Amino acid sequence: MAKAGTKEKPEILLDIRNLRIEARVFPPGEAPRDITIVDDVSLTLKRGKVLGLIGESGAGKSTIGLSSMGYGRGGCRITGGEVILNGRDVLKGGKQGFRKLRGREVCYVAQSAAAAFNPAHRLMDQVVEAALLHGVASRAEAEKRAIALFKKLSLPDPQNIGKRFPHQVSGGQLQRVMTAMALCSEPDMIVFDEPTTALDVTTQIDVLAAIKDAIRDTGVAALYITHDLAVVAQVADEIMVLRHGKLVEWGGTRQIIKEPRQDYTRALVSVHQIEHQEKKPGTKPFLSVKNVTATYGGGVVKVLKNVTVDIFPGQTLAVVGESGSGKSTLARAITGLLPPMEGSITFSGRKLANRLADRTKEDLRQLQMIYQMADVAMNPRQTVGTIIGRPLEFYFGMRGKERDRRVTELLEKIEMGKGFIDRYPAELSGGQKQRVCIARALAAKPTLIICDEVTSALDPLVAHGILNLLLDLQQEEGVAYLFITHDLATVKSIADSIAVMYRGEVVRYGAKSEVLRPPFDAYTDLLLSSVPEMEIGWLEKAIKGRRMESAGN
Amino acid sequence: MLDIKRIPLGALLGLFFTALFLIAAIFAQWIAPFGLGEIVGNVWEPASAQYWLGTDNLGRDLLSRIIYGAQTTIFIAVLATALSFSLGSILGFTAAVVGGWFDTLMSRFVDLLMAIPTLIFGLVVLSVLPSTLVTLILVMGILDSTRVYRLSRAVAADINVMDFVEAAKLRGEGRGWIIFREILPNALSPLVSELGLRFIYAVLFLSALSFLGLGVQPPAADWGGMVKENKDGIVFGIPAALIPAAAIAALAISVNLVADWILNRTTSLKGGRA
Repeated sequence: MAKAGTKEKPEILLDIRNLRIEARVFPPGEAPRDITIVDDVSLTLKRGKVLGLIGESGAGKSTIGLSSMGYGRGGCRITGGEVILNGRDVLKGGKQGFRKLRGREVCYVAQSAAAAFNPAHRLMDQVVEAALLHGVASRAEAEKRAIALFKKLSLPDPQNIGKRFPHQVSGGQLQRVMTAMALCSEPDMIVFDEPTTALDVTTQIDVLAAIKDAIRDTGVAALYITHDLAVVAQVADEIMVLRHGKLVEWGGTRQIIKEPRQDYTRALVSVHQIEHQEKKPGTKPFLSVKNVTATYGGGVVKVLKNVTVDIFPGQTLAVVGESGSGKSTLARAITGLLPPMEGSITFSGRKLANRLADRTKEDLRQLQMIYQMADVAMNPRQTVGTIIGRPLEFYFGMRGKERDRRVTELLEKIEMGKGFIDRYPAELSGGQKQRVCIARALAAKPTLIICDEVTSALDPLVAHGILNLLLDLQQEEGVAYLFITHDLATVKSIADSIAVMYRGEVVRYGAKSEVLRPPFDAYTDLLLSSVPEMEIGWLEKAIKGRRMESAGN
Repeated sequence: MLDIKRIPLGALLGLFFTALFLIAAIFAQWIAPFGLGEIVGNVWEPASAQYWLGTDNLGRDLLSRIIYGAQTTIFIAVLATALSFSLGSILGFTAAVVGGWFDTLMSRFVDLLMAIPTLIFGLVVLSVLPSTLVTLILVMGILDSTRVYRLSRAVAADINVMDFVEAAKLRGEGRGWIIFREILPNALSPLVSELGLRFIYAVLFLSALSFLGLGVQPPAADWGGMVKENKDGIVFGIPAALIPAAAIAALAISVNLVADWILNRTTSLKGGRA
């Protein structure tokens, strides 16, 4: 695979041997100690190949990716092993060596492009910066190259997009600009750190295709880090499965997907379908949203247009759509945070007040909400006991022992023990935080819980556990869910009925089996076909079969 | 929970001196070797075994006056700071949570007050009103509360849009709970560091007023006034004016060392256990 005229460059581009990375942790109530984040991992990457690193959070995949440029993030220290890039050990190069290497031989594409770009500079200045600093090209050459890359990554208006600021382009576009930035200095290797995880499915497919084409056309090698096996199967030549900082399995993409040898890989590969029997809609919905139109800016921007949905007792209505489709706004309208301009919301036979301030305490108790980001949905200064206990005090006037007993009961319900009662949110894992939020909502004994993207910030296996918990709780408590999500796999496993939203309108609405049965309208088709499947060559097939373009959020 | 060995050296120094000043202030009547206005020796005597810090421009014992001065200075500064913090932070939080016309009205009024230099405003008000303790504290507290208002409104506006506050609003919580239980604990870190600074500004402001003759009136002692009384001695190489000045500086530094340390402890989101 070596490029012509690069005889001095060895065929093996990156050779990591027995890498060991440690960090110091400060556990509560104990002396600080060192933990091993990456333990004895070796890998080799040939020129022009793509290696996928896959595992759940804390598997050490980003840490390994960054070690290829000798970088330890957030106090991580590389304490053992060798990182041989282009035939020399980069760990021995010192600061000067790192400077020559980063942005020239190895470039990095971060997960959140929005957070990684400097908001105060135009895109072009940031894209060409590394190339100019390393003296790879003159400004004019670099900009020409950047524009060519913008074109290759199918960005709109490639001539002028570089003049914009980061906030003036959409998330999917920004991610592609970042890929252009990484490619601009013609590096030997790019580290992609979950480049599509923060994007909508419909946009992910575009970015994925753009990245794949760019890798093929420029012959750059890549480490592709993700937790989504279906995504990595589309771009990688080889896949490496990691867990707790140790290598689980390493093989060709086809072998990992078709014939996994380790149990853990098998668990990842097997689709986590929750079998969910669709319930027949009851005769009488307890909550009806009728012709609701909601606007921001006093009627200027219509975000919800004439939306009508019903929710039946003990059932789940899933609202699906990409960012900006108005699905979270629907939740805000129902809860009263954004009073609708037209239309009404009826709750068990009577009309709910539009404004939050006009609703009775009893109405508020019946509608509870769980948020996407569990860590900002809980007050970081309150203990788990206070967080779960407050609704009990507030709605039922429980105090002291009675309250504590109920909190313990709820903690057991969410499969966490009594020991968590004095913990602060910062002392919980992502999945545990979301569980505490579920317990807080349950404490109010509501009839409806609005779940706003509750699993999208979690690892697949953890999300799986949360979904199962929600389904069990629905059985026990008979609570209904309004489940907002962009992930169709989640919808299939939890919904009884589905509303597909697009640009503020419900484009398709009905029982799950009806909505997911062809023929589809153009948008539902796009949504369904954009969900990555664990199959080699899916990407090309999906792109070809599309009937409409995605909005690019 | 509080382990003396884990307190950093800076904080220990700060704690020691702050405690020293506080003890001196509280027990001034018992500690001071001589009376407040008692003339015990010649004018500007050097330090000796009898008068540890020498005597002042009227022959009063400087150490005694520093101790009594600590009482006046710290008493006024503490009350003024307390007033400015309760007023500023409650109004600031309320403005951020309530929003709308209340916020606009409050903020523009505060802008108006801040547009006038504090010292000049204080001078004008104090030259009209009688210079009693109460007016001093009120004037200092209200003028300082504008800055506290600005800070707490900005901090609260940030916290007010977070999901956990929204969750509390959805639960139906009243403004009191939202301000005191959801926002206040999360706004404490910047406020505590501001508290240390504001206290010292209050000390400096009071000293400036006294130096200009509008603060604490003689024969009562306060540090700014003492600098004024003894400033003429500097020309003759007599350090009497520098001693109260040094006291002001020492208090400023030690209080801020303590504030820094408290800040570090309260920033921890694990209840300071880690």
